Amino acid sequence: MYKIDCTVAVIGGGPAGLAAAISAKKEGAEKVIIVERDNALGGILQQCIHPGFGLTRFKEELTGPEYYSRFTSRLEEEGVDVLLNTMVLEVNGKTNKIICVNGEYGLTEINAKSIVLSMGCRERTRANIVVPGTRPAGLYTAGSAQRLINRQNVMVGKKAVILGSGDIGMIMARRLTLEGAKVELVVELMPYLAGLTRNRVQCLDDFGIPLKLSHTITAIVGEKRVEGVKIAPVDQNKKPILEKEEFIPCDTVLFSVGLIPENELSKGAGVEINPITNGPTVNQYMQTNIPSIFASGNVVHVNDLVDNVSSESETAGKYACLYANGKLNSNSEVITVKTGSNVRYVCPQKIALQEGKASLYFRVLSPDENVTLIAKDGDTILARKKELRVSPGEMCNLSIDVSKIVNGVTVEVVKE
Amino acid sequence: MIKTDVLIIGAGAVGSAIAREFSKYNVSVLVVDKNEDIGGDASKSNSAIIHTGYDATPDTLESQLVVAANPMYEKLCKDLDVPYKKVGAILPAFTDEQFEKLPSIKEKAFKNRVYDVEYLSKEELLKMEPNLNPEVKGGLYIPRENIIDPFVYVQALCENAYANGVKFMLNTKVTDIIVNNGKIEKVITTAGEIEANYVVNSAGLYCDEIAEMVGKADYKVVARKGQFYILDKNTSCKVNHIVLPIPTKITKGKLMCPTVHGNMLVGPTAEDQLSKTDKSTTTAGLDSIATDVRNLIPNVNLRETITQYSGLRPNRNPEGLHFDIFDDIKGYVNLSGVRSTGLTLSIAMGKYVVQQLLMRGANFKLKDDFIKTRKGIIKFSEQTSEVKEELLKQNPLYGNVICRCETVTEAEILQAIHRPLGAKSVDAVKRRVRAGMGRCQGGFCGPKVIEILARELGVSTDKINKHQDGSYMVVGKTRD
Repeated sequence: MYKIDCTVAVIGGGPAGLAAAISAKKEGAEKVIIVERDNALGGILQQCIHPGFGLTRFKEELTGPEYYSRFTSRLEEEGVDVLLNTMVLEVNGKTNKIICVNGEYGLTEINAKSIVLSMGCRERTRANIVVPGTRPAGLYTAGSAQRLINRQNVMVGKKAVILGSGDIGMIMARRLTLEGAKVELVVELMPYLAGLTRNRVQCLDDFGIPLKLSHTITAIVGEKRVEGVKIAPVDQNKKPILEKEEFIPCDTVLFSVGLIPENELSKGAGVEINPITNGPTVNQYMQTNIPSIFASGNVVHVNDLVDNVSSESETAGKYACLYANGKLNSNSEVITVKTGSNVRYVCPQKIALQEGKASLYFRVLSPDENVTLIAKDGDTILARKKELRVSPGEMCNLSIDVSKIVNGVTVEVVKE
Repeated sequence: MIKTDVLIIGAGAVGSAIAREFSKYNVSVLVVDKNEDIGGDASKSNSAIIHTGYDATPDTLESQLVVAANPMYEKLCKDLDVPYKKVGAILPAFTDEQFEKLPSIKEKAFKNRVYDVEYLSKEELLKMEPNLNPEVKGGLYIPRENIIDPFVYVQALCENAYANGVKFMLNTKVTDIIVNNGKIEKVITTAGEIEANYVVNSAGLYCDEIAEMVGKADYKVVARKGQFYILDKNTSCKVNHIVLPIPTKITKGKLMCPTVHGNMLVGPTAEDQLSKTDKSTTTAGLDSIATDVRNLIPNVNLRETITQYSGLRPNRNPEGLHFDIFDDIKGYVNLSGVRSTGLTLSIAMGKYVVQQLLMRGANFKLKDDFIKTRKGIIKFSEQTSEVKEELLKQNPLYGNVICRCETVTEAEILQAIHRPLGAKSVDAVKRRVRAGMGRCQGGFCGPKVIEILARELGVSTDKINKHQDGSYMVVGKTRD
């Protein structure tokens, strides 16, 4: 078997892996390698040809390929190694060995001192949310349709209905329209938007595409190709009101109904998975329950902005390097961050009580206005920030001084 | 005019098993099917169980064939390289009323010559199935109820039949049959006219329509829909056996069992309908599965479903499995009422049909060069490291994983396409190598499979179908 030794191995060459690898190298890791299953780096950003990336990080609006190029262009000078066309089959959490397969090298074993998991996420499907009806051609997750259109340059259909107001769904509504297809409708189960408000404005409103909140698809119709969908409003318990069901003819249905962190490898390695985020439980260093394994990006929790992915991945890469070089103290006391009112989850879920700052990313349970985000330790406020508007589709964050923590941390969103 | 000794209508489990049995003899055999792929209709959407026949109506043809077929599968699946797993079934009783029914179920099994059904105590049942409803009072064990890959089973029969000289015409629908002078003069299809000495109607759901063409339709097919859930391989609540409910007067009920690939299968419903094509799932049907199966396995987690589907059992009215031959249509065999036990009894039906014709004076001579075995497509993910390395040396495309959920490589997909009777559609690839059968349901590999199919078949991507003609995946190029 072909063997490679390295300091830090990064699994996945999307935005998370790229930032983690460069950061690990900058921190002084001798040999950093990115293992990527695709034939090119950039991950999902390769098919995200729309602008809107990098506003926070680079203060300009970049397309997906432009955004990741800012990282890939630095790999060579930083001296990061890349293994393309390589699928990781197994991560061993006890030995830090990675088994992968590559057509050229065959089976390959990578021995790493530390590992960064950055495999990203996958899309929830029509079947996951149990939409009844037939199983014709013309049903796509929004991301699969995006790949077909933007990377394979083929059109998926002519008349579409989109279920779910997630960001990819709204972006694909615009993309289909620009390619000459008619998007009849975007249907959203919840009474509020799932994605970013700016995407609603730029992708739906600007193109006159209707959005129906509190509605769902009650049946897929068609035997060979999709012939249409039945839609209906839902009641407060999200049950369809079938008396108000109507038929919308279409030949294509896109599903933008959520993303799930892709953790088959993590689970195989023995990494503890958080039931709310479906990703590894991490501390402020993005370190998992296995000290040599770090994780960052959408494999940990689904982010709204790639800018956030890059910054948390830099944290993961930095500390993966420090761990590999024996410079990360793993013996400090660890506390669990608690979620207070209107907070669905906080990432990181754990904080090791050491020096330094920790960035807390979190999502609210339901939309609200004129609120204050608070991180507190008992009655002591560690950080606070006012927000005009919060929604489950947009991430919140607070930065806290870890050395100020005495007993624990609770994050809450309150109206004052 | 195409001439053949034997014409078989329908390439489902029964038609394929009959074709394979005929291929042991020196006769020319042609199988026609209206679908774009072998595999039939009901044969590819069922519960994938090889039954024992314990609950059949005693002294019927169905009982006879199912009971005869069951012991054949272990060797057959080895010979034909078909995934098959011995798991056994349990039949737990939760109420006094159900408990009191156990002796009569055991007696029926006895009458069907299924002698190995045994009683199980509450403790034994809970030890065998820790996720079983703890209210269980006792039950029965039916050790030879097993599970199979139904897709690969039919593919294997067809591939082996093909290797032994059987010809197949797909996308070929029988539109009329001309009977003259007490025999079939010709069979008219969408791909031309066929002359045959023997015509076997194994058209499943459509067998009444074929029978009508020869004027022998004294029955109707009633499609009985069965809806199912498939759960993720990692689902939190699994079973080790086929867990069957005690049947009521109205229904055999809904079961939960593992599949040969490690998923969980939950269902089916039983809903008679007029349409032979409506295979939609419904909220009411799926909800009824949820309600019923929780009586057996209270913690079943249907939120961990990766797909739902429904199949149509070709039930017969009046009921019952029928093998019919007629004095006034020499050489015509009509099979009807092949229902949920059809997958199991298919292999016995193949033998039954050929033997019946032999006993009636057919002059079929055994071949001396019959090929008994067939090798399937090697699953890269299930091999040892040594075998994996060897495969990679032979073909670097084993290093290109196309379906990440089921770890299916490009090398396997190319074999699925280029084997005899190979895959021409996305679903046909899926049924051969499981690309797209995993938790992302083709979200990741679907676009790649379209591209590979187009490349390998030498057509543009808009010509690639999901299944039959008209189920196009994409509509053409994007704007320049």
